[in-house]
Amino acid sequence: MIATALVVFVGGTVWTVVYSFTDSKLLPRLNFVGLEQYERLWATNRWLISIENLLIYGTLSLIFSLVIGFVLAALLDQKIRFENTFRTILLYPFALSFIVTGLVWQWVLNPDFGIQHIVRSLGWESFAFDPLYNADIVIYGLLIAGLWQGTGLIMCLMLAGLRGIDEDIWKAARVDGIPMWRTYIFIVIPMMRPVFITTLVIIASGIVRVYDLVVAQTSGGPGIASEVPAKYVYDKMFLGQNLAQGFAGSTMMLLAVLVVIIPWAYLEFGGKRRPT
Amino acid sequence: MKTFTKKLLGTMAFSALMAGSAMATECEVTHWWTSGGEAAAVAEFAKAFDATGNKWVDGAIAGSGGVARPIMIGRITGGDPMCATQFNHGRQAEELVEAGLMQDLTELAEKEGWRDVVHPSSLLDSCTLDGRIYCVPVNIHSWQWLWLSRQAFEDAGVDVPTNWDEFVAAAPALQAAGKIPLAMGNQAWQASGAFGVITVALGGIDLWTKINVDKDGDAAAGPEMAKVFNAAAAAREFRKNSNVQDWNQATNLVITGKAGGQIMGDWAQGEFQVAGQVAGEDYECLPGLGVNQVISTGGDAFYFPKLDDPEKTKAQLELASLMLSKPVQVNFNLKKGSLPVRGDVDLAAANDCMKKGLAILADGNILPDGNQTLSPDTTGQIEDLMTEFWSDDSITAEDAQARYAEIIANAD
Repeated sequence: MIATALVVFVGGTVWTVVYSFTDSKLLPRLNFVGLEQYERLWATNRWLISIENLLIYGTLSLIFSLVIGFVLAALLDQKIRFENTFRTILLYPFALSFIVTGLVWQWVLNPDFGIQHIVRSLGWESFAFDPLYNADIVIYGLLIAGLWQGTGLIMCLMLAGLRGIDEDIWKAARVDGIPMWRTYIFIVIPMMRPVFITTLVIIASGIVRVYDLVVAQTSGGPGIASEVPAKYVYDKMFLGQNLAQGFAGSTMMLLAVLVVIIPWAYLEFGGKRRPT
Repeated sequence: MKTFTKKLLGTMAFSALMAGSAMATECEVTHWWTSGGEAAAVAEFAKAFDATGNKWVDGAIAGSGGVARPIMIGRITGGDPMCATQFNHGRQAEELVEAGLMQDLTELAEKEGWRDVVHPSSLLDSCTLDGRIYCVPVNIHSWQWLWLSRQAFEDAGVDVPTNWDEFVAAAPALQAAGKIPLAMGNQAWQASGAFGVITVALGGIDLWTKINVDKDGDAAAGPEMAKVFNAAAAAREFRKNSNVQDWNQATNLVITGKAGGQIMGDWAQGEFQVAGQVAGEDYECLPGLGVNQVISTGGDAFYFPKLDDPEKTKAQLELASLMLSKPVQVNFNLKKGSLPVRGDVDLAAANDCMKKGLAILADGNILPDGNQTLSPDTTGQIEDLMTEFWSDDSITAEDAQARYAEIIANAD
């Protein structure tokens, strides 16, 4: 089992890294060219824009899905009526694939059919809302669709965490006269640390591999304004028939993930255990 | 519903019959022909192939060649080859052939004398590697067309242009009438293709050849090319507001008269036909943008991956021979709106636009297609640059030209 895992994961990774130093085209071949692929990668405008987009999308999607997810969960946790119904409605978008989500939002945000068209036909003629066709804000158009699809799941995870908090803690806080928002921020959230870490990992992995949403919604456009690294890698490997260039891109993505994960794992597992 | 059930039963009975006869060799053919006109054309192949007692299994992959090719290549290199597959002839399947994954068709080609019937012969050259033939060209598609909507120009109160300069002059009138002068989908290959057409039309054939065949970076950076980039920068103003992705959605803007024109290959013609429009009455076509009467001879070809089953290999050869046969060439190309690869077939039923194309072809004013001269890697780099340039006003013609020249100079 361990051997299989090693071969599949570590072996595959090493293979990719090794071949990123070659000039492989459609089929892999071992003809080493040093750092040439990386030099070309970092001189390519499209790659730089991809990285920038991933940073914007990643940061905002991390913040918003955590905040919105937690707030929704806290609202649902107020022992409201029809909780099941609301939970179902909010979780429903998650049942759709990113491809479907992307297509739906492509139509909703299309200026000739979607929101802009509806508002204009209501009489507000100068209204303009066309994020998918404006290179400056297209990434926010993607973000809206991504959040719409993903926050339901985060809400459910958070709700499960909130339900795990002992009722006595709430009672004790109430007896001490601590306002509800302070209880959430200073007592409940620190207690939900494991849930937050799980959620963080789920969101982060979703961000790094964001690909299908972009393909369905904008196919990287307008121009190259909404390109993402995963799409660059795919396009170079299979469309451009330049495997080595794609491998160089994916190696950089792996490196970026490692830079984040290693220090975190060291703090989390390597250092002294925090008292919880 | 009732008729549907009947049809279904009929189909089932039919397929049971086919299976029972055991003669039928199934042959899965993958391609990316999914728009209305394309599907009608590919049905002609299927009909003719089924008539030979074999069975055509349609493997259409939606989403244009960019989506389909990686899937096809993945299946061939991954050990799950199909019976036959479409590629644009040229360099897309070059490495697959080099790796020995494709069926050698040389014997069949010599027996049937392909060398003599295929016109222009450059199409067969693109299928040839080290003297062996590995694919069947089925049609000629050229990029060099400007499609114009008569209705849009009438609405705007200007004459239908007869060349690019007149089109540029008429564009403000179209804009004033609330039309999009130049429809263009937002996919990268469309921007890149339109740029290629403008290069040939305004820069001339010599310049195009120097850049795309000889990969001359100096020519790409030169003053003649600067003229082309300036024209393209002007044209990108005309394409504003064409908020569509796919090429056939953009063609539809022209069909419905919402847009004045579209620079697109002659596959667009199939869409006009499906919409019931008549060339010369509802729409006009200008080969070479009405400036340089020339067409590029790219197109589609079928490759046959090597298979173990001798029955299937036989079916492959039958299909290959069928695709080049005269009646199939005529039926297929009339539906597809493309030109036949044989010079000796009679296309009396062709419409005005196809006849224009045939005349140019007969005169020999032809170019190779970009796919035949540039590697997919270089094509991809140019597409990235072009889609950025066409959609972002902040990139000046000079910047774009400098980056273009660099790509050409480094092309393999």
